[in-house]
Amino acid sequence: MSDGTTDTNRGGGLSFWVVGGILLVVMPLLNLLPPEDSWFHLSDFSLNRFGKFLAFAILALGLDLIWGYTGILSLGQGVFFGLGAYCMGMHMMLTIGKESVYGSDMPDFMVWNQVKELPLFWKPFYSFPAAVIGALLVPMAFALVFGFFAFRSRIKGVYFAIITQALALAAWLVFNRNDTNLGGTNGLTDFKQVIGYRLSEPGTQRVLYIVTVVCLGASYLLCRWIIRSRAGRVLVAVRDSEKRVVFSGYTPPNYKLFVFVVSAGLAGLAGLLYAPQVGIITPAQIGVLPSLEMVIWVAVGGRGSLAGAVLGAVSVNYGRSVLTNYFPELWPFMLGGLFVLVVLLFPDGMVGMIRKGKDLLTRRKASEERPIVPNQKIVVPEGKR
Amino acid sequence: MVISLGRTVAALVIVGLFLFFWPSWTTAADGPVSAPSASSVEQALNQVTSEDESIRAAAIRLLIEQGDAGLLPRLEAIRANASRSIRQVIKPLMDLLKNRAKLASPDSDARRSAATDLGSSGNPSAIAWLDAAKVNESNKWVRYTMEESAALLRLASDDPSIKVASVEKLGELRSGNAVPALKSLVEAGAVAEASEQQKVLAKAADAAIDRIETWGDWANAIETIFRGISLSSILLIMSLGLAIVFGLMGVINMAHGELMMVGAYATFVTQQCFTAWFPPDVFDWYFPVALPVAFLAAAGSGFLLEATVIRFLYGRPLETMLATWGVSLVLMQAARVYFGDLTAVVAPGPLRGGAQVLVGVYLPYNRIFIIALSIVCVLGIYFALFKSNLGLRVRAVTQNRNMSACLGIPTRKVDSYTFAFGSGLAGIAGWALTMVGNVDPGLGQNYIVDAFMVVVTGGVGKLAGTIVASLGIGGLNKLIEPGLGAVYGKVLILVMVILFLQWRPSGLFAMKGRDAD
Repeated sequence: MSDGTTDTNRGGGLSFWVVGGILLVVMPLLNLLPPEDSWFHLSDFSLNRFGKFLAFAILALGLDLIWGYTGILSLGQGVFFGLGAYCMGMHMMLTIGKESVYGSDMPDFMVWNQVKELPLFWKPFYSFPAAVIGALLVPMAFALVFGFFAFRSRIKGVYFAIITQALALAAWLVFNRNDTNLGGTNGLTDFKQVIGYRLSEPGTQRVLYIVTVVCLGASYLLCRWIIRSRAGRVLVAVRDSEKRVVFSGYTPPNYKLFVFVVSAGLAGLAGLLYAPQVGIITPAQIGVLPSLEMVIWVAVGGRGSLAGAVLGAVSVNYGRSVLTNYFPELWPFMLGGLFVLVVLLFPDGMVGMIRKGKDLLTRRKASEERPIVPNQKIVVPEGKR
Repeated sequence: MVISLGRTVAALVIVGLFLFFWPSWTTAADGPVSAPSASSVEQALNQVTSEDESIRAAAIRLLIEQGDAGLLPRLEAIRANASRSIRQVIKPLMDLLKNRAKLASPDSDARRSAATDLGSSGNPSAIAWLDAAKVNESNKWVRYTMEESAALLRLASDDPSIKVASVEKLGELRSGNAVPALKSLVEAGAVAEASEQQKVLAKAADAAIDRIETWGDWANAIETIFRGISLSSILLIMSLGLAIVFGLMGVINMAHGELMMVGAYATFVTQQCFTAWFPPDVFDWYFPVALPVAFLAAAGSGFLLEATVIRFLYGRPLETMLATWGVSLVLMQAARVYFGDLTAVVAPGPLRGGAQVLVGVYLPYNRIFIIALSIVCVLGIYFALFKSNLGLRVRAVTQNRNMSACLGIPTRKVDSYTFAFGSGLAGIAGWALTMVGNVDPGLGQNYIVDAFMVVVTGGVGKLAGTIVASLGIGGLNKLIEPGLGAVYGKVLILVMVILFLQWRPSGLFAMKGRDAD
């Protein structure tokens, strides 16, 4: 029985640097060097859009860590993403300064809502380092508290999924309120600059893209390191049989809490990078449906494979941005169909299909090296034995 | 009083001049006169056009005292041709006459609203009408309103003893409508130069307000409890099917909300069929007919869902959640594309309106209906689970799937039937929900997360858990709402559920012993 780490061992070295090189060097060069009408030219818009997808990929890595490797389905990743994005967004709102529509030092929506004084929790976000640290630490701290109570009482499986979904719903409701001073339904937008650089400049966006790629690479290495460590093996063991892990003398809740906090941090990082590139963050990005879409990124790419998570996040979002452009009515059908198809027919996602194809080519038996799909071996429903 | 009289007179002068130069008036007014009137009334009607102010004022008084609804057409004609200020003068007169006539209407709601209107008209002559109507009134609440209105009108009396008596009467009636008037009496008594009489009156009014407000708190409490029970019963109907399936197969069906939507649209389609093909007088029957239609439509969809998707995912609850969520997206979008965004079901006659049970406590019939339905559903499921053959098998499979299979129970068939049954229950929930809201593609989403929480809190495999959990969550929701608002109420409920699960990790009624995981 494989423990799901084989693929990262196998493809880890060379392809990581090749893909990383393409993303980090070739793409920006394609944007910079060829003339605008050249076939090789990558427009500013495309590069920016791709940067957004890569930010999502960071989140997908975290989700893959907790769902693909540890077998915990969290339907509340959107909340952590939103917390990160809002932290960054608050900083950028404060740096707008007098350029805002109402020409006030306060964010526009506060002027609109007749808030006279900047709320206390906004004040730290004047500082850029504080915003970055906040974008990482706030989701992690939140996950720590939530996860502590959830895992301590052995909430797992479907129960955990439902609870996190309720969390996403509650967060969505709270962020939609005007009295929380987070911009209400309209969210935070109209950002002008980040540490002095204009967001409207293509150069700034290029740098943001490169920062995103670097962060993605670092996150990938972090996740790979976690998975290859002893702790990572415990995580996979928790996924496959938590009872045995307990009987072997480990305490699964600690490991689960750890991985939950890490995934929340990665989601926060994704939000942090998302906000300046997209220029808006609203409650619509953190509700129940977005959180579920994030799960489908990982499912499509391939659970239990870090490369799969990245691949899934990029490809689903690319498909989404193309399809919603041409057939806006069809997208929900596609998304729903994708959920069903992937779960039913391609449990290993795109990575699984690629691997199957390779196996066919090398005439190897498909069963030999395929990583097992989580939970598939249990015939009796959970909690029924 | 004086000012308004003066204004009335001035207005009537204008109307007189107006009519004088308006030859067409005679034809307009002569036409509709049909009801025979007393000669004095006829005279008064003529005197309205008189140039003497006091005669006109007397005419108005006489018309109020002796006139009836038969004069309305003529007044209407005068009003139709009058200037704006005149219309404003005639309008109260006409309203008084109209409401007086309505006091004898066969429709109790009409009688009641007439009594309310007369109470706020401020015209003392209405007291006698109300007192007379009260004697023959059979409906308790109409009688109550008549007494209340008469007491309200008596507040304006010149006789202090009548004033005090009516203040006490209003307090006795717990009249919420009287609070503003009573408050102004209290204020008048609180001024330094208030007379002894005013002070006595203020004291009585204060006591009356106290009584009314204490009662108001009680009425609020009762209504809050009722709303809580009503929300609980909605949650209960929704959660029952979900909980049974979860107990049996360990599967949370994320498309449950959309199966409810199917039931709601089945009701809508039935209604459309009735409006298209049946005579209007049997229209109300669409609702009972829609019950089996909704049940079968949802059960059929559930059966298909089980056969095409869920069947292949047994033992993988998380994957099932995702796949059913995908199905729910597809169903929702399909409904949006096919039906559009806003479609409403008209409540059948008997479910419209509500019943007043106490002063200030008003219970809508549709909510009462849903509460009753949830009780019926619980009883039905109880019998289905504990008294029927299929129920026996369902319970056996829930307790121990492998052992049941060994004993020859076709577990897959049981799964499939139970899933269809649970989906049918969702259809019934959708059928009932058309009574409290619009039918729209998002229908299932409104309550579904709450329903999941109910199932999680209630625990697996026990009906009682679901009932208690939905009562708890629904009740708490409505209890918290007035204080914290709906949003923070929801957040608080989530926190409470998590804390509750600290204490009982697998819900209220968890499996014990060897069944437990």
